Amino acid sequence: MAPRQPLVIRGGHLIDPSQKLDRIGDLMIEDGKISAIDPPAGQLPLGEPTVLDASGLVVTPGFVDIHAHLRVPGFEYKETLASGTRAAAAGGFTTVCAMPNTNPVIDSRSVLEAVLEQATEQAVVNVYVHGAISIGQEGVQLAELGDLSDAGAIGFTDDGIPLANSKLMRHALEYATQLGRPVSNHAEDPALIAGAAMHEGIISSRLGLPAAPRQAEEIMLSRDLLLAELTAGRYHCIHVSSGGSVDLIKRAKDRGVNVTAEVTPHHLTLTDALIAGRTEPVSATLPPYDTNTKVAPPLREQADCEALIKALADGTIDCIATDHAPHALHDKDVEFADAAVGFTALETALASVLSLVHTNQLKLATAIELLTVGPAQCYGLPAGTLKLGSPADVTIFDPDEEFIVDPTSFHSRGKNTPLAGLPMHGVVHHTFVNGAHVYDRSSPESGTLSA
Amino acid sequence: MPLHRRHLIDIADFSRDEFDSVLETAVSMRQVLERPISRVPTLRGKSIVNVFFEASTRTRVSFELAGKSLSADVVNVASSGSSIEKGESLIDTFHTIQALGADLVVLRHPKAGAPDLAARNLSCSVVNAGDGLRGHPSQALLDLFTVQQHTGDIEGLKIVIVGDVLHSRVARSGIWAFARMGAHVYLSGPPTLLPPHFNKLVNGDDGIVRIEHDLDRAIDGADVVMALRIQKERMHLGMLPDLREYARRWGITSTRLSRADRRALLMHPGPMNQGIEISPDVAYGEHSVITEQVTNGVAVRMAILYLLLAGTPA
Repeated sequence: MAPRQPLVIRGGHLIDPSQKLDRIGDLMIEDGKISAIDPPAGQLPLGEPTVLDASGLVVTPGFVDIHAHLRVPGFEYKETLASGTRAAAAGGFTTVCAMPNTNPVIDSRSVLEAVLEQATEQAVVNVYVHGAISIGQEGVQLAELGDLSDAGAIGFTDDGIPLANSKLMRHALEYATQLGRPVSNHAEDPALIAGAAMHEGIISSRLGLPAAPRQAEEIMLSRDLLLAELTAGRYHCIHVSSGGSVDLIKRAKDRGVNVTAEVTPHHLTLTDALIAGRTEPVSATLPPYDTNTKVAPPLREQADCEALIKALADGTIDCIATDHAPHALHDKDVEFADAAVGFTALETALASVLSLVHTNQLKLATAIELLTVGPAQCYGLPAGTLKLGSPADVTIFDPDEEFIVDPTSFHSRGKNTPLAGLPMHGVVHHTFVNGAHVYDRSSPESGTLSA
Repeated sequence: MPLHRRHLIDIADFSRDEFDSVLETAVSMRQVLERPISRVPTLRGKSIVNVFFEASTRTRVSFELAGKSLSADVVNVASSGSSIEKGESLIDTFHTIQALGADLVVLRHPKAGAPDLAARNLSCSVVNAGDGLRGHPSQALLDLFTVQQHTGDIEGLKIVIVGDVLHSRVARSGIWAFARMGAHVYLSGPPTLLPPHFNKLVNGDDGIVRIEHDLDRAIDGADVVMALRIQKERMHLGMLPDLREYARRWGITSTRLSRADRRALLMHPGPMNQGIEISPDVAYGEHSVITEQVTNGVAVRMAILYLLLAGTPA
C-alpha cells in the first residue's frame, strides 16, 4: 500500500485521560500512528495534510469494550464479526473483546485462532478474545489456559454460566497467575437464580415473575474475591450490578486483593421498573413483560444505580463494558421467562454513559477514562490512548447532539434494546482504527480520510 | 355499561367503575343460570377459543359453560394433542387461532406475561385465565361477587388470605381486587412463602395490606378467610419443613375459624388439600362458600365475556 497522506484533526476538544489531556487542539495522524498533538507549523510534514475540522466535537482515544458477545463461532444468526465490529465502529469503539460462550466454546487454541483469523478478514476494529476457564464451560475441567494465552487469549471466563465449583475457581486463579491474565466469572449463585427471570423485589412480586435477590451476585462475588486473595490471583469483576457488590469490591481493594471491576451502561441507568412497562415518552413506550428488558444479571433498583455511579466516580469500579449481547427476534419474541437474556449495546453505550454526564452525575473526562484507558488497563491492552506513537485509534463525537434510538438502523444484527425510540444525546461522527477511517457518520460506506 | 377495554389481563389496572360493572352484570347472569333453560342468545355468532397450557378443571369448564350459556361457539385447545407439542411457538399458535376466526381467546399459561404477548399479537380480545404466578382476574372477580352476595358491601371488611401467597396468582389478583373495593387485606403464611414486601403490593403503599404470620392473630374478627392451595413440592425446595407443621400453623380448623366473626365466610379457590390447608369439617361447614364460588364463577365469567364482546360486530 502506498504511504497514506497525513491527517490533521483540527480544533476538536481533545480529551485523553491517559495523559491528562483536556483542551482544544489539533491531532495529527501519520502512518496509522498518532504523530503529533498541536504540531508547530514547522513540524508539519511535507505535502498538504488532509484536514478534518473537528471544531465543536470531542476527540478521544477510541473506546475499548472488554466485554462483548460477538457470537462467533456458532451463532452467526445473532451476530458476525463483520456486523459486530461495524456496530462497534459506529458506537465509537475501536477495540472489542469477544466472550467465549460460543458453539463450540472458545476453550482451545484452534477455536481461538479460527476466530482471530476470521477477524483479520472481516473485522473493522481491533478484536481480542477471552478464553473459557473450563472445557465446554462445563465447570469441570480446566481448559488449556496456557495454550489459550499463547494464542492470544486476554483472560479467562465462563461468562454466561456461573462457575459454581469453588475448587475449580481457586485453581483457575492459581494457574493463571503464571500467565498474567485476569480470570472473571458470571457471579450469580446458581441455586438462588434457578428459574429466575428478574431482580427480586416489589416489581417482581407484582408481575409474578420468578426472581432472585441481589445477594445471588454478592454471594458468588464474595467467594471469588476471597479466592483471589487466597491465591494472589488476578480477578476481574464483570457486569457488577448491585450496590452490595460495590462494597465488597471496595473492601477487597482496600485489603490489597488484585481485582478490577466493570459495570455496564444499562446497570448504571435502568431499573427493574422497566419490566413493568414504560409509558413515556410516547415514541419509546414499552409494554409490561417486554423481553427486551431481560438481562443477566438483571436490572436492579435505583439505589443500586446510584451506588454504581458513585463507584465510578471514586474509582472502586475501573471501567465501563457493554456486555453487548445481540439476539435474533425469535430468541426474544417468546414468553418472558423463556426469552434469551441481554441487550445489544455497542451503538447506544456512549449515549447511555453521556446521560450521566448531562445530568451532572459524572464528569465528561471521567466518562472518557472509563471507556478508554480504564478498560485497556484492566486487561493490559495497547489501546485507549493518544500518546505519541500509539496506534491511531480515535473517536470523534458530538456529546450534545440528539438522536432517536432506532434499532433498524443498527449495524449490529441484534435489535434487542429497551432503548428503542428514546431520544438520547451523543452522536459519533468519525471513528479511526490504526489511522483507517472505519466509520464516517455522513457516509455509511466510510473510509475516505484514512491516514 | 360495557367495559371500555378489549382485554382482561391484569386486575391491577381495573377501575372501581369496572369492578362495579362486572359485579352488577353478574347478578343478572346469575338469574339467567337459575332459569330452567339457562341460555340466552346474546353472543350468538361469536367464537370463543379456550387455550389452556396448564391442567384446569373448574376454570376451563366454567369459561366453557359461560360461553355456551351466552350462545357463543366455544372451542377448547389444550397444549397436549395440539401443535404446541410439536414445538410451535406461542406467537405462531396465536396467529393460527386468529386465522381460524376467534373473537375472544381465554388463555391459561404457566408463564407470567403470556396474555400480554397474546394481546400484542391478536386482534381479538384476550382474557387471562391465569398466567404463571402473576394473576387470575376472573377468580378475583368471582371472589368479590361471592362476598358481595353475602355481605352487600365489601368496603371495610377484614379479608384474611392464608398460605403460599408467593406462588399464588389467586392471591395476587385477590389482594388488588379486595383492596380496590376498600377492604382491609391481611396476609398470613410462612415467611418463606410470604415475603415482607407483599405489604407494598398495592400502589407501593404499605398501609393497605398487612402481613401477620401468626394466623391466630390474623384471623381475629375476620369477615372473610381465604385459604390458598399449598403445593407439596414446596417442601422439596426447602421452603417448608413438612405438611404436618404447615397444617398445625396455617391450616384452617374449626377452632381457628371460631376466632373470626361469627358470620365469617370461608373461601378456597380449589382444588383443596383437605386436612392440610383446610380441615374437612370446615371445608363443607356452615361458614364455607366454596361450592358457591364455583357456581358464581360461571355467572361472573358470563359477565366478563358479555362486557368484552357485546356491541362488537358479529
